Amino acid sequence: MGKTLYQKVWDAHTVGTLSDGRTQLFIGTHLIHEVTSPQAFGMLRELGLKVKYPKRTFATIDHIVPTENQDQPADPLAAEMIDAIRSNCDDFDVTYFDLKSGKQGIVHVVGPEQGITQPGSTIACGDSHTATHGAFGAIAFGIGTTQVRDVLATQTMAMESLKVRRIEVTGKLRPGVYAKDLTLHIIRLLGAKGGIGYAYEYAGDTFDNFTMEERMTVCNMAIEGGARCGYVNPDETTFEFLKGRPYSPTGAAWDEAIARWKSFASDADAEFDDIIKINAEDIEPTVTWGISPDHGISISEDIPDSATTEDVEEKAVIDEALAYMELPAGTPIKGIPIDVAFIGSCTNGRLSDFRETAKFLKGKKVAAGIKAIAVPGSQITAIQCEKEGIDKVFSEAGFEWRAAGCSMCLAMNPDKLIGNQICASSSNRNFKGRQGSPIGRTVLMSPVMVAAAAVEGKIADAREVFDVA
Amino acid sequence: MAIAPITHVSGPAVPIPGADIDTDRIIPARFMKCVTFDGLGEYAFYDVRFDPVSGEKTDHPLNDERFKDATILVAGINFGCGSSREHAPQSLAKYGFKGIVAESFAEIFYGNSTTLGLPCVTSSKANIDALKEATAADPTLEVKIDLEAMTVTAGNLSFAVEMPAPARHALLSGKYDPIKELLDNKDQIEATAASLAYVD
Ligand code: SF4
Repeated sequence: MGKTLYQKVWDAHTVGTLSDGRTQLFIGTHLIHEVTSPQAFGMLRELGLKVKYPKRTFATIDHIVPTENQDQPADPLAAEMIDAIRSNCDDFDVTYFDLKSGKQGIVHVVGPEQGITQPGSTIACGDSHTATHGAFGAIAFGIGTTQVRDVLATQTMAMESLKVRRIEVTGKLRPGVYAKDLTLHIIRLLGAKGGIGYAYEYAGDTFDNFTMEERMTVCNMAIEGGARCGYVNPDETTFEFLKGRPYSPTGAAWDEAIARWKSFASDADAEFDDIIKINAEDIEPTVTWGISPDHGISISEDIPDSATTEDVEEKAVIDEALAYMELPAGTPIKGIPIDVAFIGSCTNGRLSDFRETAKFLKGKKVAAGIKAIAVPGSQITAIQCEKEGIDKVFSEAGFEWRAAGCSMCLAMNPDKLIGNQICASSSNRNFKGRQGSPIGRTVLMSPVMVAAAAVEGKIADAREVFDVA
Repeated sequence: MAIAPITHVSGPAVPIPGADIDTDRIIPARFMKCVTFDGLGEYAFYDVRFDPVSGEKTDHPLNDERFKDATILVAGINFGCGSSREHAPQSLAKYGFKGIVAESFAEIFYGNSTTLGLPCVTSSKANIDALKEATAADPTLEVKIDLEAMTVTAGNLSFAVEMPAPARHALLSGKYDPIKELLDNKDQIEATAASLAYVD
């Protein structure tokens, strides 16, 4: 019987079994950023330990970097954190993509961009959206700070094995429907806890035909569906993307790498713990109405009404979410006024996102009174957008064009919602207070839908606003 | 690097209402601007303990004087979902919590807590509700999480709890912080590294 990619990668990276029964797993690639690493380096120092394989850890800064003026954090705590990662990387000989390197950005954008993210590898990062890298056929997951310490000190960590659920999507997404809508749709279908204990294998011809960026958008939100990691089997699209990247193998090593990478793909007769089938054509532009990523509805649906359900728990969930969101139950989500529009984050802050959105935004204007910001996921993304004139399209439309960082995805930097502002956001989390104001409200959607909301000043169907046939 | 085994934890408990308490709620992101975990305790549940607009204390149980000595936290379903930030269990541990009883936990939070020696056990909704009721009625009630018997007892209330075997074993044997064992397997680590083409 065949094996899944997950099993093959797991087996190849198993160091041994620990006394508690967990696996000691080798982490081939370790990514770090300024928020979850300083404490780990601190623990290392306390224990008198060194970084075991300094070449296998890569660092950048993203969460707290101001996007208006990258190198001048007004906040002394932010400055202290940036200094800490700089000196930690210096002291322990770790590669660090600093602001001046021209390669800084959101860690999950930088890894793929540099060719650090590779098929058949294990990747860990002290950040829950590490699953993004699974788009390349890597097993990639978020870890806590103590585990960051473990990986620094030993290049391994203790982990329990996961089950594998194959999510098979067939057909073509309809015009105006994007990978973001698919990922929101999957989470709505399986629930925010549906993936607990699982790795998600995303497969089917929809994924075969997806670009790497689209695959990353879906894998990025595996964790919002409860899955520790998500992946797509590597194929020609993967190899094409990686070719010629700074850390990609070259020459004879490239050919060897391709053969090796291919061998990691799930076998045709691999067995899965569960299989789910989805038809891509059934999906409409999807937005969230509540405070959990599985609170999704299509743009043509009404906001749920707790009066229509008998289930006491479901009632409570709807009531709590709507009380927080201050949204009217049972009325169309389309037409709800917004205050802020945010395009960026590790879900949708890549070149393709800005290119696609710019196509529609050209010649349009952001509605009066709406604060709209566009934040490239990396310095390289920013430069490329600027080369293509995409930044102009955004700024002429009334978006503020910013520098690379996590920005308003989580608001550990100056970009924050104020009061109960409601934000159309291309990010991945709509938890209470996520975007910086404890009563701020987030509505998740695709970048093109954010642009439509910005132009209309309210939640809108991008297909109507931009005449998408 | 010897660590003492954890066979049980006990103390007064505080019931936290609601399901899906995410890590942003346990410790809002703005308090993660820190280079050590010390001092995180005072920010646990900050945005639900203080009214975001007026800054006044809310009626959150952690503001309730009667629960000020609580060391056991009782919660609902999917506690600790959301971000992988270890700041969340760290802030609870620094606040003074020694154990958590809930209907279920999010996976990363669960793992992070175990590694800190903060046992997280689960039981049915009926049992959890009964425990919440009992502790609300008597905040001084001593709640004991017994990892050997796998029970929670509080006054006349006693019920079975669950915890994945590896985590339980790790706590009972004092190996919940795996660093020593990981380091000990140096030769196997190096052999694995040598077998992986992309690791140089
Ligand atoms: S963009 Fe958002 S989700 Fe992604 S790494 Fe930054 S804060 Fe986390």
